[in-house]
Amino acid sequence: MRKELGTFVLLVVLCIVLAILNPSFVSGVNLQNLTRLIGIYGIFSIGLGLVVITGGIDLSVGSVFALLGVLLSIFLVEWQLPAAAAVLLVVAITTSLGVFNGFLITKVKIQPFIVTLCGLLFYRGLARFVANDETKGFGAASGFETLQSMATGSLLGIPTPFIILVVISVIAWLFLHRSIFGRYLFAVGRNETAARYSGINANLVVASAYVICSFLTAIAGILLAFYTNSISPSSHGNFYELYGIAAAVLGGCSLRGGEGSIIGILIGTALLQVLQNLVNLLGIPSSLNFAVMGAVILIGVVADQLLRQRQAAKVAS
Amino acid sequence: MSKPILEMKGITKRFPGVLALGDVDLAVGEGEVIALAGENGAGKSTLMKILGGVYQPDEGTIVINSKVTAIRSVGDAGANGIGFVHQELNVLDNLTAAENVYLGREPRKIGFIVDRAKMNADAEVFLKRLGLDIPGRTRLSELSIAQQQLVEIAKALSLNARMLIMDEPTSSLTLTETERLLGVIKELRDQGVSIIYISHRLGEIKEIADRVVVLRDGRNAGVLERDEINHEAIVKLMVGRDIKHTDRPQNATDVSDTVKVHGLRTRRYPNSPISFEIRKGEILGFAGLVGAGRSDAAQAIFGVDVPLSGTVEMDGKAISIASARDAIRNGIFLVPEDRRNSGLIVDLSIRENITLPSLDRYSSGGLVSRADETKKAEEMSERLRVKAPSVESKASTLSGGNQQKVVLAKWLSLEPKLLIFDEPTRGIDVGAKSEIYQLMRELAASGVAILMISSDMEEVLGESDRIAVMHEGTITGILDRAEANEEAVMRLAVGH
Repeated sequence: MRKELGTFVLLVVLCIVLAILNPSFVSGVNLQNLTRLIGIYGIFSIGLGLVVITGGIDLSVGSVFALLGVLLSIFLVEWQLPAAAAVLLVVAITTSLGVFNGFLITKVKIQPFIVTLCGLLFYRGLARFVANDETKGFGAASGFETLQSMATGSLLGIPTPFIILVVISVIAWLFLHRSIFGRYLFAVGRNETAARYSGINANLVVASAYVICSFLTAIAGILLAFYTNSISPSSHGNFYELYGIAAAVLGGCSLRGGEGSIIGILIGTALLQVLQNLVNLLGIPSSLNFAVMGAVILIGVVADQLLRQRQAAKVAS
Repeated sequence: MSKPILEMKGITKRFPGVLALGDVDLAVGEGEVIALAGENGAGKSTLMKILGGVYQPDEGTIVINSKVTAIRSVGDAGANGIGFVHQELNVLDNLTAAENVYLGREPRKIGFIVDRAKMNADAEVFLKRLGLDIPGRTRLSELSIAQQQLVEIAKALSLNARMLIMDEPTSSLTLTETERLLGVIKELRDQGVSIIYISHRLGEIKEIADRVVVLRDGRNAGVLERDEINHEAIVKLMVGRDIKHTDRPQNATDVSDTVKVHGLRTRRYPNSPISFEIRKGEILGFAGLVGAGRSDAAQAIFGVDVPLSGTVEMDGKAISIASARDAIRNGIFLVPEDRRNSGLIVDLSIRENITLPSLDRYSSGGLVSRADETKKAEEMSERLRVKAPSVESKASTLSGGNQQKVVLAKWLSLEPKLLIFDEPTRGIDVGAKSEIYQLMRELAASGVAILMISSDMEEVLGESDRIAVMHEGTITGILDRAEANEEAVMRLAVGH
């Protein structure tokens, strides 16, 4: 809890400083765009967080965004499939990639890093091939305006992706912090052997995390595709898995597994988006974007570690 | 006592809120074996950490070879000829024996190239002195735990240790390995090396100690000279009261009602199927040397290591076990040997550990009710007298005995039919030990079949109603209480 609190304080301080330095931070347009992005990023960050809690990782998220974006465009624009069918198909395909990952990791016993690194390369290549390396888009979205409005529209002034994130967060919170399965997830992440000795089907638990992650990747990926409205298969979604992992770690998930919370992941996601917003609003050259983000994350993690050591020293002495 | 090589006088050490050591004295003569005994938490480890330079005493002096000496760091301890052999081995099994012995001070050629020939030859001298006749280039991973331990002792000797501190060195050794180690200790003693020997195994203490120093609650509880050392006397000093080692009657058992294991083949011993039965209400001891296949059989019955073939029959019905889940569903539970890694998730709370295998009992619609969980966990901790501030305490903060009680609480909150204990009291202090024995008997009396794997001869002979002895994957004999004695068990354990 303490770690989430630290990140939360940092987030609040950043928001206040930013609002003072550039009042347009609190303008309706900016806040709308910010929460829209938090919505999209938050959805797949929750998925990645669950995987990180099992002690695993999924590096393929960004490439999957490119692949599913390309497929979605083809289904809707070229094949003229009904919106519901196209979405179902994309979600099914993407989720099955998670099943495949889970199988390789738990049954064939390949390290998650390797499995999903191969996915990162493979799906990116596949996306470029399927799209003929051409940028895909949705044009005016004629015939599937409702679907597009899920990503670009608002309800009572709140961007729909943010509303979707809130709904998913509540479900994920119940799942992770209140359900039997969530307890199993933490148990397996902490100590798989002991979990097995308590009769838990550890393989099923771990595989499920990858499946859920892929499912949330599909939801976020569809929203992202409509948000950008242009999917260049060689760059769409690049590095996005790292945003998700960074959000999870900032929010208190340990890469060793067994630690983390939904609320923490959400705070981490928001922090990353506010940082990005800060770069834009303060007129910092956008080429420094990654550098600012990397520096802030590093400072946060170092500060946390130092505090922890000081506390440990206090307990020991 | 010969001329003292070490004297610790009036050692006091305070931690926030606790007096870990109060005015403790300890003297060790040259070539003397001192056994340091006491329950867990009595202050043995703290005292040894002060000697090893890990902690600084608040009061008191350390005199080494008649000189007052300050031991400010682990390096200081080594420089003063004090060597440690830890309970958990501090060796690297990806290196060779010689590389381990000379780690960090390898002999060199032209400044930076390791002189392997010299290193191996030098290491072999020390290894041979300990009766370990292997080439220095042998990889540690090819050695048994007992042999790795000898490598660690060789390392201490190569540092010119005049005094060795051994912390429960036999806790993971087989009976024969233990005998051999005790032999090595006697030889080192004859060569003039002094030894401080920490062990919960009173039989070993009796065999090798010249004196026993007993600590209780951080203070000297008493000293026993060689001819005063006996079981009752040590235990009395340790617990500060009399514990009678009573002979209990054999549990009344119903022979018709049994758990039958038939033709069980494990991956480790695929060619030796074993069959045996456990009567409800009895404690069946499983004796044998480490590696005889006892734990393998237990893990196969519990389903964590799926057997190649074989059946388990309960209440006259064969049950199929393909995973721990299946075993648990049928009331078969295992209290594993490796408490901290297999028995518990030490980063989770007592509550979460106790309810883990039976979460569905405390939940509806997939959501867990924390109130129900807490209620059950509190009830179980109270029943088993787990000592902890609350059920929200992490399992890692508990002593070995209390951790074991949490593992037990986990299973007793369900309804056990067959409870398998693998080394139930390893590393557990005397007080908690007798509580666990008491509990086992109560469970047996209530009709639970109990299988107890133990390498502690005293435990096997004292607690079992019948004893099955294993040797290299097969059961070489099953002894009734009347015919069981140390010799009979040992004979079967070595395969005669």
